[in-house]
Amino acid sequence: MTDVKQGIAKETVETAKALETYKYGFSTDIESVKAPKGLNEDIIRYISAKKEEPQWMLDWRLEAFQRWQTMSEPRWAHLTYPEIDYQDAYYYAEPKSGAKYASIDDVPEEILQDFEKLGIPLREAEVLLGVKGAAASAAEARTNPDPNSTPNGEKPKVAVDAVFDSVSVATTFQAELKKAGVIFMSISEAIREHPELVKKYLGSVVPVSDNFFATLNSAVFSDGTFVYVPAGVRCPMELSTYFRINEANTGQFERTLIIAEKGSYVSYLEGCTAPMRDENQLHAAVVELVILEGAEIKYSTVQNWYPGDKDGVGGIYNFVTKRADCREKNAKVSWTQVETGSAVTWKYPSCILRGDNSVGEFYSIAITNNHQQADTGTKMIHLGKNTKSRIISKGISAGKSDQTYRGLVSIHRKADGARNFTQCDSLLIGGDCGAHTVPYVETKNPSAILEHEATTSKLSEEQLFYCQQRGLGEEEAVALLVNGFCRDVLQELPMEFAVEAQKLVQVSLEGSVG
Amino acid sequence: MLKIENLHVTVGESEIIKGLSLEVPAGEVHAVMGPNGSGKSTLAYAVAGRSGYEVTKGDITLNSKALNEMSPDERAAAGLFLSFQSPMEIPGVAVMNFIRTALNAQRKQRGEKEISAAEFLRFARAKAKVVGLSDTKLKRPFNVGFSGGEKKRMEMLQMAIMAPAFAIMDETDSGLDIDALKMVGDVVNDLRAPENGGASRGFLVITHYQRLLDHIKPDRIHVLADGRIVKSGGPELAAELETHGYDQFAGEAA
Ligand SMILES: Nc1ncnc2c1ncn2[C@@H]1O[C@H](COP(=O)(O)OP(=O)(O)O)[C@@H](O)[C@H]1O
Ligand SMILES: [Mg+2]
Repeated sequence: MTDVKQGIAKETVETAKALETYKYGFSTDIESVKAPKGLNEDIIRYISAKKEEPQWMLDWRLEAFQRWQTMSEPRWAHLTYPEIDYQDAYYYAEPKSGAKYASIDDVPEEILQDFEKLGIPLREAEVLLGVKGAAASAAEARTNPDPNSTPNGEKPKVAVDAVFDSVSVATTFQAELKKAGVIFMSISEAIREHPELVKKYLGSVVPVSDNFFATLNSAVFSDGTFVYVPAGVRCPMELSTYFRINEANTGQFERTLIIAEKGSYVSYLEGCTAPMRDENQLHAAVVELVILEGAEIKYSTVQNWYPGDKDGVGGIYNFVTKRADCREKNAKVSWTQVETGSAVTWKYPSCILRGDNSVGEFYSIAITNNHQQADTGTKMIHLGKNTKSRIISKGISAGKSDQTYRGLVSIHRKADGARNFTQCDSLLIGGDCGAHTVPYVETKNPSAILEHEATTSKLSEEQLFYCQQRGLGEEEAVALLVNGFCRDVLQELPMEFAVEAQKLVQVSLEGSVG
Repeated sequence: MLKIENLHVTVGESEIIKGLSLEVPAGEVHAVMGPNGSGKSTLAYAVAGRSGYEVTKGDITLNSKALNEMSPDERAAAGLFLSFQSPMEIPGVAVMNFIRTALNAQRKQRGEKEISAAEFLRFARAKAKVVGLSDTKLKRPFNVGFSGGEKKRMEMLQMAIMAPAFAIMDETDSGLDIDALKMVGDVVNDLRAPENGGASRGFLVITHYQRLLDHIKPDRIHVLADGRIVKSGGPELAAELETHGYDQFAGEAA
């Protein structure tokens, strides 16, 4: 690949140390346009107007807002955080020069540099929407020999949508995707350009009234990604969205909608970062996946929101609703997540296995260090016959952190022959952290076969010493052992992100021993 | 080369090594024999710098470099290798990946160039043949589900690959059959060969049995009892211990 990416790899290693443990903790100095602080109908009208939305979209938002006002924040999770003042935040911020850019020259240098620091290949590919010939040259750029590339020397292509605060700033490879019939654009654009699809599917997996945070998102969602893969199409490249919160006091409420038509396939990755700030910032996203007959979506997340400092000051509150609906027979979804960031995480990517023979998978690595808290897990709802689900969860707690795995496996009356396999492993580093496993099982059909395995172990001093005796530094040794512990999940990630994820494991655990 | 002077080691509340001195000159092999619980492994761990094995008094130097204040990985980079009495399993990390990562970490600390994956593979495969580990074993997670004997072979594989300046072998022979014992001898003798830098290399072989010493000819034998060296002598001492046991030292140690 190009210099930029290689430069990042080197910089990553070097700045990681310099910035203590959080390497994405820079903020970008660009002028921005913000909605006034607070949340009311006018703010929602403002957001909707900014996005030039049709009336139906505004109505949908307002209805959600009315609902939200009648709801209260859920408190059942094993999380402690101060009351959130929803009126004390900004709900919309965009870079001042406007939203989407016609050419790469129009994107403010600061934003490009910001994404470059994150290792996001916007500039290196020199691809931005509508820039003629860009896709081809990018394809070339990406197939150059590169030490990080796949064994056959070919770097798989990745199309990127980048969301900066509330706005999608760049979507790459649009032309090439269009040729394959794949729609990959920001949700704001999709609302304008493909209203029939958005109308049909938005809120069809996570209803407006689903839960407090989802309802809030429905009212104020700013941007996010829309993907539509037509019947029989195998998406020719990985799709990826990078979310970045930059502005202080600004919430990010992204909304992602992916539709895989009959017999199609798409692999999608989202990455998230935010600058270091003393105050907590709110992130409440909704992700909806619709999978039709015989289709498959592979959804991977590398969540690295700012976790707060080592004393627990600052960090992102991450309240996310992610759900996949295997709406027809033989549909398949797999969620793979590497969660290392956020001060507080509340997240349960779920699979509704409605179609007969549909398959849901959840592979998760959650790492908490210092004062981080995570209450995360999955729900597998078996409605159709012969539906299968598989849960592999690896939780690593270090420092004074606390994490809970909360998993629901529900077998409904008509789900003959349903099967679930759950494996939950927790690893504790040091004596001040906590790990809890809370499995819920509901079976209304006696033919179901459920297997559950759970282990909790401590990072072994003997293993650590063994590695050190062989020459590994203490932190390298911890990273190696933890990466080994996470192996089963790491290998589910798209290959080029697996390497990044392994490095992230090391960075997130810095200072956890000794 | 390895010099231990008046070493005292405390584990938890109890003093286990109680004033032990030992010197292994470059090019030599010394054996340490002694009853169970006499402190042989404790000595090995203390030299390797394991936390919890607190050196309360005494000095350990390797080639005149003081080891006392070094972390275990710094000692490894300085050329110290410990073949563990009970080697660890590392789930999820393939054998080759583990050894290469460790070797490169050492090389990096010494300011040497990292070894490439391809070069390492060639080299490691050749050594694996010598120690009798198959290619399929090398692809498996490190030591996971391996037999006791296989784990000992894995220790020897790492010793052969890392070619340390000084190796402590803690009961590498226990649980090994005759063929495997010969293999251990081959690995050690290969590292001792003058053309492989044997003249500047040293070994401390902890064992209960004469039979390993038939393959590795020791220059000196030390008897460890209750945290002290109670007798030192030439190779003939091993045969004497084999016939008379350690009872004769019980009084001296008390
Ligand atoms: N981690 C430990 N905590 C407390 N006592 C220990 C520990 N390790 C070893 N010991 C004690 O130290 C003594 C020497 O043990 P060790 O060095 O393993 O002997 P050897 O290797 O000669 O059989 C024994 O009495 C043993 O019980
Ligand atoms: Mg022992």
